[in-house]
Amino acid sequence: MIQPSLSQSAIAPSTPRRYLKPSVFWSIRQGFPRWLSLLLIGVSLAIPLVLWSVVSYGGWVPPLFLPTPTRVLQAGWQMLTRENLLWDVWVSCGRVAGGFALAAIVGVAMGIAMGTFHSMESVFAPIVGTVRYMPVMSFVPLIVIWVGIGEDAKVLIIFLGVVLYNAVMVADAVKFIPNDMINVAYTLGGDRRDVLFRVILPATFPSILDTLRVNVSGAWNYLVIAELVAAKSGLGFKIIQSQRYLQTDKVLFCIALIGLIGLLIDYGLKALSRALTPWADQTRQ
Amino acid sequence: MPQPDSAPLSFMPSASEPLSAVHPPKLAVQAVGKTYVTRGKPLVVLDEISFELAAREFVCLVGASGCGKSTLLNIVAGLVPPTTGEVQVDGMAVLGPGADRGMVFQGYTLYPWLTVAQNIAFGMQLRKLPKAEQRDRTAYYLNVVGLTAFAQAYPKQLSGGMKQRVAIARALANEPEVLLMDEPFGALDAQTKEQMQQFLLNLWAQTHTTVLMITHDVEEAIFLSQRVYVMGSHPGRLTHQVSVPLPAARDLDIKLSPDFIAVKREVLHALRQEH
Repeated sequence: MIQPSLSQSAIAPSTPRRYLKPSVFWSIRQGFPRWLSLLLIGVSLAIPLVLWSVVSYGGWVPPLFLPTPTRVLQAGWQMLTRENLLWDVWVSCGRVAGGFALAAIVGVAMGIAMGTFHSMESVFAPIVGTVRYMPVMSFVPLIVIWVGIGEDAKVLIIFLGVVLYNAVMVADAVKFIPNDMINVAYTLGGDRRDVLFRVILPATFPSILDTLRVNVSGAWNYLVIAELVAAKSGLGFKIIQSQRYLQTDKVLFCIALIGLIGLLIDYGLKALSRALTPWADQTRQ
Repeated sequence: MPQPDSAPLSFMPSASEPLSAVHPPKLAVQAVGKTYVTRGKPLVVLDEISFELAAREFVCLVGASGCGKSTLLNIVAGLVPPTTGEVQVDGMAVLGPGADRGMVFQGYTLYPWLTVAQNIAFGMQLRKLPKAEQRDRTAYYLNVVGLTAFAQAYPKQLSGGMKQRVAIARALANEPEVLLMDEPFGALDAQTKEQMQQFLLNLWAQTHTTVLMITHDVEEAIFLSQRVYVMGSHPGRLTHQVSVPLPAARDLDIKLSPDFIAVKREVLHALRQEH
């Protein structure tokens, strides 16, 4: 009976043992209660709204700086009923869809090529690496000179803004395919064409959808830039026009509307992703 | 070095010698060497490796991690070109990967977007076999690996052992001349691993494919194969050949038999000489 007590004293030194303290709020990948999640979502939405209401209804700032929520909603109603705002929504959605679809087709193809072939990476890497850092804004004068101020100019601006991000992110996704997954196809009799179309494309498909979902928000950013250029309609145009007449309530409503459209697109693409890739691990909710 | 350079160059199964005089061996690895050049210095990874497999043989290569056995298998598969020497299947030199040498990898390499049945049919589809034959063979191999009930499941719904069974079925359904296996059970737990060994042995008894498998598990190598090659490191080379004089029909209890233990002792001693 001496042995255990000896070893006991040897193991237990003067410093106390430290254990990880349990925490609910600061849990890192240890599960999180649903109610707390919903509560925090509610709080994070409510706080800005409450602050806005207090500041604007309370008259702390002039209405020109920050109109009240009621003013914004009234302005929105007026725009929808009398100023044909839905037409602007339609026009803007069309421009985003056009520019983004083009950027998706070109960017995904470029990304797959860059991720798959060393040769294509060498060809595109210098262009992608430098042009990606050039602000699209700075190309606008050139675009106006080259293609004018019509719809193609707006689509081109959105396209240029997004295409390289699509390419880089898809190229990265291709590089995450394990080598053995490609080697298996070779040992089953596949050639490079089979590997590209039957392994690499389906393997990156979920990441492609993810990439597009992230980058479609970029397309809406460039929409406003595009509609700075002699547009006569569109949400970006409405914002700029309202700014000219100091109608901050209309500006706020249009910004909120873009946010709402973005949210709908995001949920739509997530649902599409789940429907099209039931085989994928749904780790990224 | 326990062996002079010339001694390990011709490991041949004595039983197949009269046969090989008529037919070329199923798989022949002839003086295969691999040298990598890193920062101007050549590093010899594989040194003049030669061996042969007769048709319907099951041969294992054992060696410590880093001895170059995976590189050797990748060269046999054609995925990595050798610096010197060549690999032959049925007497013909192979110049790259092809359907004649199917391979099962250690990691899970099933295609997650295909169902189990589609994964098994993948190679047959690449080779554009008739649809009816694809269906028949897929059904046959699903049955052989005992996963008919999971034909329409996706790989993410399977356990590790089931995934490897599908990977083996996918390679076999393509009916390769030689099946190459790179530590296929390395990622499995001990119980599943033993089940898979018994399963693979039964499968081999049914199909009689020629199999070259690498493993670092000596018991696994002896249990499965007729011959075991022992590899030494730095540079990777074959140092010993141990034949396994056990009956063809084996079950897991054989691992406890004196004969088995005698072979195991021989292989372990051969491995130890290398360190």
